[in-house]
Amino acid sequence: MTSADFVRFASRALYQNRRRSALSLVGVVIGVIAVVSLTAIGEGALRYVNDQFASLGNGIVMVVPGKNDTTGDMPLGMGGVPNDLTVDDAIAIQRRVLDIRTAVPMTVTTAAVSHRQRSRQVTIVGATSEFARLQRLELALGSFLPEGDLDRGASVAVLGHTVARELFGHENPLGSTVRVGEWRVRVIGVTARRGTQLGLEVDETVFIPTATGMRMANKSSLTRIMLQLQPLADPDVAIRRVVALLTERHDEEDVTCISQDAVVDSLGSILRVLSLAVAGIAAVSLAVAGIGIMNVMLVTVSERREEVGLLKALGATRRQILLIFLLEAALLSLAGGLLGLGLGTGAVAIGDALVPAVSIEAPAWAAGAVVTLALVTGVVFGVLPAWRASELDPVAALQGH
Amino acid sequence: MIQLEDLWRTYVMGEQELHALCSVNETIEAGEHVAIMGPSGSGKSTLLNIVGCLDSPTRGKYLLDGSDVAGLEEDALADVRLRRIGFIFQSFHLVPRLTAVENVEMPMIFAGVEPGERRERAQGALAAVGLSERRGHKPSELSGGEKQRIAIARATIMGPDLLLADEPTGNLDSRSGGQVLDLLGQLHREGRTLLVVTHDPGVARRADRVLVMQDGQIVKRVAGSKVTNLASLFEEGEAAE
Ligand SMILES: Nc1ncnc2c1ncn2[C@@H]1O[C@H](COP(=O)(O)OP(=O)(O)O)[C@@H](O)[C@H]1O
Ligand SMILES: [Mg+2]
Repeated sequence: MTSADFVRFASRALYQNRRRSALSLVGVVIGVIAVVSLTAIGEGALRYVNDQFASLGNGIVMVVPGKNDTTGDMPLGMGGVPNDLTVDDAIAIQRRVLDIRTAVPMTVTTAAVSHRQRSRQVTIVGATSEFARLQRLELALGSFLPEGDLDRGASVAVLGHTVARELFGHENPLGSTVRVGEWRVRVIGVTARRGTQLGLEVDETVFIPTATGMRMANKSSLTRIMLQLQPLADPDVAIRRVVALLTERHDEEDVTCISQDAVVDSLGSILRVLSLAVAGIAAVSLAVAGIGIMNVMLVTVSERREEVGLLKALGATRRQILLIFLLEAALLSLAGGLLGLGLGTGAVAIGDALVPAVSIEAPAWAAGAVVTLALVTGVVFGVLPAWRASELDPVAALQGH
Repeated sequence: MIQLEDLWRTYVMGEQELHALCSVNETIEAGEHVAIMGPSGSGKSTLLNIVGCLDSPTRGKYLLDGSDVAGLEEDALADVRLRRIGFIFQSFHLVPRLTAVENVEMPMIFAGVEPGERRERAQGALAAVGLSERRGHKPSELSGGEKQRIAIARATIMGPDLLLADEPTGNLDSRSGGQVLDLLGQLHREGRTLLVVTHDPGVARRADRVLVMQDGQIVKRVAGSKVTNLASLFEEGEAAE
């Protein structure tokens, strides 16, 4: 008996009972759809997070005031109010910590930006010319902030794409004056459309020189310092050196360093938990589907007792009968797996179209794994019914009892 | 060819023991045509199933061509059924989803015959039972007589030397029953051993010998030509007991 004969024999039987076969597939189909779409969402989320941080730049470390634990959500302020972060701190880091290539002193506030009758509340970021390189910002018009402007603070601004569009419409804003709070600044650039990015909505931001930002806020302190590591620097070592330097300058440890790697890592581990949950759902739904297949096959075997008796009378061995019914279960689950993969991929494609910000797509490994898993499930749960068929007493089976 | 010595088949049902066969002794020569008669429940089918290696005796010996079949493994028994024995049943037992030619092919699938050769042989066998033009029909599209002739083609496709028929005409009208019996007679004349279980004295008359069974025993052996009617067989049988 060749394997093609087995497959043909089994598939004919399934086709004859196509309504029941179809019903028994539902469990497998649902399980596979669940796994395909959940892995697609998980992978999509992971890719989204990675993309976000990749566009922020690799090897970026933020220094913020306040001492706290390493994950850096909530400054605890143990020793009272922390010392201010200053432009001098930034200069000192850049000069004295060799692992650091660039230090960008930054202020972040919100203020109303207006031009003629139009006004908008936006994020005002004080930064240096280096910021554009670190963030891979591209400009649609003009240029970014001037270089070497750490003390003076020119009254200039670079508008985010959306801000420029809202204040100026289709007019060219370059050279125009806008009001930022009480201050008047000249527009020297407009950023290219960037979209939302974790931490900063570039399109809805106005960039000004750091010194200008401090002057506007009437403060001498920074909101944070953005550091770029030297290409081969070890982030942990660099962070330790930066913290040591600032502790020396402030006489206490009152800053926190947040590395993008750490944030990506912790988000990644959340997503890995999600993957485990997907695996759990896969296991449970396929077990349920497998039991469904087992029940259908048990019914099939008891309905086809006479046929089994006949096969034995004609000289089929127990192994051959076992194989016929095992193949039926395997074909059922394989069909369910492929159908579920098709429907799941379709559902993922629809979801992908509905949520343009996140690109979701079931990874190829998941598609292969889940179909294989469905097939294995069918075989495993098909063993008992097939074994029962092969053990039937031929005389009793031929009489139908 | 077939030697049965003190053959018993006992069913245990709770406390009770039911002897479907008790101490059957019989020898059937190769090429013989033997009919088995007897009232319902007398053990005819049980005897035929044991001879056909579908069932095993509880006690006693069954020698097929001198070798003890009772001691064989399942797989070896399956092989005996595949190559040496052809079964024909009262209710035909065709697989409903398969066409006539596919039904005839089935034993060859289990024997591992190549698809091309299989189809060729099956079509030859269908031609031999006069049903070539029915090869693509499903059993539901065939008459009872046609189904039984297809079952005969299937039973003979592996070239067995022993044909076992359990009331082969039981579900047929006399005309198609006659065709089936003619076919079986022809197969017997070609040299096969033929055992037919029947209620019909007309069927039994065609046999060389008739075994009359009652309560699990062979109570009488008569020449086929001597069979006139049922009543006479059993009266004499009971008298002999
Ligand atoms: N599986 C079984 N379990 C119990 N008794 C059975 C079984 N098969 C057959 N019998 C009994 O064995 C006896 C002989 O049966 P069988 O050979 O089928 O008779 P026949 O074919 O002559 O009508 C009957 O009394 C029947 O009820
Ligand atoms: Mg019977």
